[in-house]
Amino acid sequence: MASSRPRGSSFSRNISSAATSQIPGVKLGPNGTSFLSSGIPDLDQILGGGFTLGSLVMVMEDPEAPHHMLLLRNFMSQGLVHKQPLLYASPERDPRGFLGTLPSPMASKDEKPHERQKPHERPTEQDSNLRIAWQYKKYLGEQNSEVQRGGKAEYCNDFDVRKPLERHFYSGQRVDCISLRDSPNLVPVLERCSAFSSQISKSDSNITCAGRIAIQSLCSPQCDFSDKEWDMLSFIRSLKGMVRSSGAVAVISFPPSLVSPTFLKRWQHLADTLISVKAIPDEDKELAKLLTGYQDMLGLLSVHKVARMNTQVPAILEATTFSMKLRKRRALILECLNQAPVDGSSGSSYGTSSSCSGSSKTGNLDF
Amino acid sequence: MDNSRPNLLEEALVEDVIGSVKTQKRGRVVVVEDCVETSAAFVLHHFLKRSLQPDSSDVVVFIAFAHPFSHYERILRKMGCNLAVQRKNQRFLFLDMLMLECPDRNGGEAKDDGLLTLYGEIEKAVEIYSSLEGSRTITIMIDDVSLMEVAANGSSNHVLDFLHYCYTLKAKYGCSLVTLNHEDIYSSANTLPLILQLEYLADVIIKAEPLATGLASDVHGQECKDDYAVLPAKNIMAKLWEHRCNRPKFGF
Repeated sequence: MASSRPRGSSFSRNISSAATSQIPGVKLGPNGTSFLSSGIPDLDQILGGGFTLGSLVMVMEDPEAPHHMLLLRNFMSQGLVHKQPLLYASPERDPRGFLGTLPSPMASKDEKPHERQKPHERPTEQDSNLRIAWQYKKYLGEQNSEVQRGGKAEYCNDFDVRKPLERHFYSGQRVDCISLRDSPNLVPVLERCSAFSSQISKSDSNITCAGRIAIQSLCSPQCDFSDKEWDMLSFIRSLKGMVRSSGAVAVISFPPSLVSPTFLKRWQHLADTLISVKAIPDEDKELAKLLTGYQDMLGLLSVHKVARMNTQVPAILEATTFSMKLRKRRALILECLNQAPVDGSSGSSYGTSSSCSGSSKTGNLDF
Repeated sequence: MDNSRPNLLEEALVEDVIGSVKTQKRGRVVVVEDCVETSAAFVLHHFLKRSLQPDSSDVVVFIAFAHPFSHYERILRKMGCNLAVQRKNQRFLFLDMLMLECPDRNGGEAKDDGLLTLYGEIEKAVEIYSSLEGSRTITIMIDDVSLMEVAANGSSNHVLDFLHYCYTLKAKYGCSLVTLNHEDIYSSANTLPLILQLEYLADVIIKAEPLATGLASDVHGQECKDDYAVLPAKNIMAKLWEHRCNRPKFGF
């Protein structure tokens, strides 16, 4: 466990050397768990390796911005690249159309120097040339990752959000699509999910194949069942049970404002991993003053809960709020928030007040 | 960790009961409450370990809605207690309710069948265990009540009935009842009854809540006991971390 936590110190064990299992796209983690990549290298790193196999991931959407789609797209694309079976449900009439918007993996060659650094260690342009003692580890890490990348299948790809996934990734793949609008209740969806997970179910501890279930905007008002809160709750619980007993990861995104407060809490308790995404307003001058790199930010991503399976030791992250950015307008990256060194009114009443604690611990220079 | 030295949680639990350790063990209702930010599952693990100590002959009936057996087994193994062996020795009964579904919300009588059969199972087990000779306490643990509500499709009355039935076992056989629930779910008035009833039945209420100052790497939250003595925050989490440091000593 201790080895899988991202650390700020240069004397930590290198995580990237963690054992990889035989199944493509699955990495072995501590306590007999395995990880699936989320499709975003930085998020994997933050969560200590990726989404735990058998866990339920809930993403709380921003009511106005489609940032959760970015997470879902990367999650699904990564699955297709690894040739894992995929189930996608959405309130759209034609959910298959969404597959056309999936991003394509980047060629790994041209991007190498930027990869595999912990989000809080990512150097700014100026100090990347600085080779002094506390930065050696970074260069060592680079070499390691290059070796790993020599292998045929990478655990986690970078995705180019501008380029659609090529046709050949879909061919011969099992991709199920369901529209949540088709039926007045969730029973058919649950049946599809159970059929899906029973096909990839693991015999005792041997996982033969990992699957991904992505459900977009579960309680959106287009669905007929959006007012049946207990039904949705028991659907989530059943799905969680199913996923737990098979080798799959389910990602559900939902608009939290449409769920009543007590049920929202129930949903959050049910989630193994809980993430929320939030867009940031275009012209918020005060926030722009407070945070460096405000212009490049797409939004904020907060990690509220990290799946703890087979262990009771809580995962305590160094920071819980990260900024989402597009590097070169293509690859989605997550960065720790860096507070601009202006008048130190730390107790600001922003929604991002947690950013203060996050950024104070993770400056670029730690002696 | 040596078992002889009680930690702060233990001290807190013992001191509110007059008399010896023996009387303290006779049937109590413990309600553990937590919230999204801090999970209190570790309290259950701790109780589980205490009751399955090798020098006693206590029995635990564990009703799991939240996690499969492998999850608990791994955790308890790290705490020095082998659940699989205890299961074989008839000291640990694990009821996997992960997929329990009480069907049909509108079906009237059909829906409480699941909980009813579950209770029947528990009662039978308790009867059998208590008929065996030797003084033993039977502890019924439920992880967790809010999921039981979901399984009962939102009819909290059925869940309350179930809990009351379990409560009667306390009078009849001297069973202890340990339940985990999430406090923050019951914030609105029409969901309150369940948690209030639970708290009314409880002898001890343990609450886990995050520190107002945020999380630190070794102090994770604070624990609150029913007589409103807020324990120093370090108790349990400190134990966990100590445990983590000591792990190599166990030599698994």
